Amino acid sequence: MRRINVEVITQNIAEMCCEANFNLGKDIIEGLTEALKNEESPVGRDVIQQILNNAEISSRDGVPLCQDTGFAVVFIELGQEVSLVGGDLDEAINKGVREGYHRCYLRKSMVNDPLMRDNTGDNTPAVVHYNIVPGNNIKITFVPKGGGSENMSRIKMLKPTEGESGIIDFVLETVNAAGANACPPVVIGVGIGGTFETCALLAKKALLRPLQQVNSNVYYADLEKRLCLAVNCLGIGPQGFGGRITALAVHIEAAPTHIACLPTAVNLNCHASRHVQRIL
Amino acid sequence: MSGMKVSLPLTEQMIHDLRCGDQLLLSGFLYTARDAAHKRLVESLSKNGKLPVELKSQVIYYAGPTPAPPGRVIGSAGPTTSQRMDSMTIPLLEYGVKGLIGKGSRSEEVKKALVQHKAVYLAATGGAGALLAQRIKSAEIVAYEDLGPEAIYKLEVQEFPVVVINDINGNDLYEAGQKAYKRLI
Repeated sequence: MRRINVEVITQNIAEMCCEANFNLGKDIIEGLTEALKNEESPVGRDVIQQILNNAEISSRDGVPLCQDTGFAVVFIELGQEVSLVGGDLDEAINKGVREGYHRCYLRKSMVNDPLMRDNTGDNTPAVVHYNIVPGNNIKITFVPKGGGSENMSRIKMLKPTEGESGIIDFVLETVNAAGANACPPVVIGVGIGGTFETCALLAKKALLRPLQQVNSNVYYADLEKRLCLAVNCLGIGPQGFGGRITALAVHIEAAPTHIACLPTAVNLNCHASRHVQRIL
Repeated sequence: MSGMKVSLPLTEQMIHDLRCGDQLLLSGFLYTARDAAHKRLVESLSKNGKLPVELKSQVIYYAGPTPAPPGRVIGSAGPTTSQRMDSMTIPLLEYGVKGLIGKGSRSEEVKKALVQHKAVYLAATGGAGALLAQRIKSAEIVAYEDLGPEAIYKLEVQEFPVVVINDINGNDLYEAGQKAYKRLI
């Protein structure tokens, strides 16, 4: 067994909170640069240029990319040969979030209860997803997820017979209803299969894949491409002002499901698709 | 960033001349207010018709900035989704607010009220909070300090970039823009 002190996790999470909120990923910058070439609308191009300039200012001056510094979503892949010592893992993660959001002057957006709505003041609790995997490492992925695009996300229990065309219709309907609200150009995560809750998690995981990386399954890679083309025919464009580039990419994750079910979730992410990863 | 330079508060003539799709660079004062501040403003209006800050003829910016680090005026300060303010917007337009800045489309009721009260809805680029913060020259909390990021800030802006979404003639850039670029699959 490899022993890891949870204090190390706290330190890493704190640093990752800052890193993710100040630095747009290279894949997203590449995607936006490509979008700038393909966008036909003048105001659309102006918007994409603003977004690229914003990323530069953010990393240079240490100002968050967006004022919505998000839910603190954390994915932990824990090697089964790791023994965690020195305290409670959940608490260590929350401590990291608390420290990171305070140290880097990030916005504290979490409320303690969905109806009482008192701000917790430190952006905790984090939303943590654990996976136990073989090996003796811990992989941490930190995802500050904005509320605006989260609000425009949807889930639907399709009938199995609705199949691919039902999924395409649902994705287009969701993106169209979101319009400018989700801050296009968006990244679209689609989760298909599993149960009600697993398809939502698949959709969120789909957002973590590097922008240009297609699904490893040939059929789904092709469906991702077709969906992205269809979304970009909607005409919503950057910030909804009208244009060709509504989505930078569509990523699908699929899972086995029940004979009676075709759960489908669409998790939208704004253009500030932030995520950082570390392996300890 | 391109655009026509416009001073705040907006004059009657300026509001009359603005058209959906116009790109503007605003200079002057803006007042931030988002969900929780709106709730209080509307409650205050319905109680005694008064507001803690004079918003007549002013422009409201739907924003909740990140905290200002030492030595800076403000943190990241982009727009939030306007839709959540729809149900609380009409009393403010009736009161005399002349401009709203946010992102995303408005309800039919708000669009009608904009025409009726001769006010405009403008959008700033969502997710460009670092860039927009550079255009903010001063920031002062003027009401509801206890709301933290949702407090009302008076912001002095210089060449703050926005696009006209809804003008006083009932035009809507989100509808017109999408229509112009929509394609059959």
